[in-house]
Amino acid sequence: MLLALLTDIHANREALDACLAHAAGRKPDRYIFLGDLVGYGADPGYVADVVKDFVAQGAIALKGNHDEAAVGSAAGMNETAHAAIVWTRAQLDEQQRRFLAGLPLSHEEGDRLFVHASAFAPDRWGYVTDEFEAAKSFGATRCRCTFCGHLHVPAVYHVALTGRCGAFTPVPEAAIPLLPQRRWLAVLGAVGQPRDRNPDACYALLDTRNAHLTYYRVPYDVEGAARKVREAGLPISLSARLLAGR
Amino acid sequence: MASRQLGAGTVIDGFELHELLHGGGMAALWRVTHPDFDCPLVMKMPFIGWGDDPGAIVGFEVEQMILPRLSGPHVPRFIAAAFSDHPYLVMERIQGSSLKALVADLPRPPEEVAAIGAKIAFALHDIHRQHVIHFDVKPSNVMMRDSGEAALIDFGLSRHERMPDLLAEETRLPVGTAAYIAPEQVHGVRSDPRSDLFALGVLLYVFLTGEQPFGEPTTTAGMRTRLYRDPVPPRALRPDCPPWLQEVVLRCLEVDPRRRHQTGAQLALDLKNPEQVRLTERAERQRQDRLAAVAKRWLRTRGGDAGLPIETVSAHLAQAPIIMAAVDLAPEFGSLADALRLTVQRILSIQPAARLTCVNVLKTALLSIGGPENTGGANPYLQRLVELKAWARPLAIDEDRISFHILEAVDPAAALVDYANRNHVDHIVIGARGSSTVRRYLGSISSHVVAEASCSVTVVRVPGKAH
Repeated sequence: MLLALLTDIHANREALDACLAHAAGRKPDRYIFLGDLVGYGADPGYVADVVKDFVAQGAIALKGNHDEAAVGSAAGMNETAHAAIVWTRAQLDEQQRRFLAGLPLSHEEGDRLFVHASAFAPDRWGYVTDEFEAAKSFGATRCRCTFCGHLHVPAVYHVALTGRCGAFTPVPEAAIPLLPQRRWLAVLGAVGQPRDRNPDACYALLDTRNAHLTYYRVPYDVEGAARKVREAGLPISLSARLLAGR
Repeated sequence: MASRQLGAGTVIDGFELHELLHGGGMAALWRVTHPDFDCPLVMKMPFIGWGDDPGAIVGFEVEQMILPRLSGPHVPRFIAAAFSDHPYLVMERIQGSSLKALVADLPRPPEEVAAIGAKIAFALHDIHRQHVIHFDVKPSNVMMRDSGEAALIDFGLSRHERMPDLLAEETRLPVGTAAYIAPEQVHGVRSDPRSDLFALGVLLYVFLTGEQPFGEPTTTAGMRTRLYRDPVPPRALRPDCPPWLQEVVLRCLEVDPRRRHQTGAQLALDLKNPEQVRLTERAERQRQDRLAAVAKRWLRTRGGDAGLPIETVSAHLAQAPIIMAAVDLAPEFGSLADALRLTVQRILSIQPAARLTCVNVLKTALLSIGGPENTGGANPYLQRLVELKAWARPLAIDEDRISFHILEAVDPAAALVDYANRNHVDHIVIGARGSSTVRRYLGSISSHVVAEASCSVTVVRVPGKAH
């Protein structure tokens, strides 16, 4: 089965549409959205509706910290993120709010775990930034492979039988075999707000038959998305970071 | 542990075990057959169990990751892999002989060493182009196919630059075979394809002299010696080693990768064209450096200078291409020859590590009676070579970056394409004359080359003369 993995869309309609069109050409069997559908970007309602439709057709969608903040408490957010969330709340209708509020924190199938931030206390939104944080996540799940987002910077961690943890920066379009004798933690890149100095949208495809994971970078109308952020009156820095990809 | 109790007749996932080919080291090798595959097959099963070396498992994982991503005649074809009750990797059993068989009968004649070296250099270039660095080049890991090519085996220490480097995580100690390991590998650098060219240099040295240039150290400190102690020059051990071959071998063994050949294809070009190797002080060396010089280098290594790591294998190869200029020297060709030179000059100016090979075709009749020396006048071959060199002179590039070749052929386009393929040329630059009735019906040489070549081709025309 071919799974399309999309995370951190952050209300970026242009990036989401580009990734979905790119993925559709590869005919995935299922879609999994790993959270942070909204926040930062100018089209939260559109993104919530699109993902809701996918879920109605069998897709899995998880909750991210921005989704939670949009329908509940925004405690712990920085000033910019908070300002965006206040704006976002006003854009969502009741149905969209209910959809976001009902999203689960994680999803398990077979030896795979999908979660927005980390397997370690998913509701505390920790960042998998290094081998130490990866080891914490590995320790919190029995699943062999974990897929998460939240960081907006693609990375792949792996642990051998000998217990050593390694990190790797995935190369776009080079399929990584998630070898069966190891455990793997894949931090997916962001669809709607990349932060690895590459403004192109990022998503991944997982082929479960041979456990091959492939990251993709998709160019999209980043100027258009950035302009809409400015026109919506959202913090100007959110527009600039889209253009710079950081 | 279970894998050790397997025997002939056991069937695993459709593969029937026949005989144990090799039982030592980190893995067992079985000859196997499968109803779906005609070619001879070999199954590699790592020894995994309590008390076994965890390195065997990681090496197996690395090979399982890399081998399916390699193709071509210079590697064994990948068939299948599994990591279940009996972990295994099935690949083509290469028809040919291991270079290891020759180790009992060293030294070898210089011509044979050069020929073997060129084949291995091509094989390395081929895997480097596929983003893989072998990191364990030595006689037992090279097979000479009956069909002529060298094939590299055992990718357990290798690195695919687009995959996680599982070995780097496993150990901070140098990974490789002590006698063959490159200086930068001793420093833990696992990203430079030129490390393989160093190991090939050691292999050539061993085959040429019967001696190990750096001994067989058993400690990291022992491996570090090669950072400052130069080997005994091959000619001191083997007086009949030609200076050009010593030049090539010692260049492979340079401590600084930037001073070696930049790609396997460039090294192969030297090994196949002895007369074109530019001789330096290396060719004349008769003894090892004096202790004062060695001590100076030793002091420098104390700083731990590992050199600059290269960006990526593919970017490195792209910086050091082989450019082939197909030069037509017919008299009416003057302005086109100038235009061709200008284009070549532009390419070379943006790619300072490129090598230029200038090729001219001497058209021969299908049946020639007597050699060219029987034509009465000057040797046409020699005359062409002189003219070709004169064409290139205004380029004013270093001798070690340029070579000249006159091909004798009935079909010039086929000869040019064949030359480009055999020498791993990255880019052909060829001139095209205006149209003529004959060319309209038969097609021009340049259009044949464009159609048949497997690399990029730039066609140069003189403006305004196309029609």
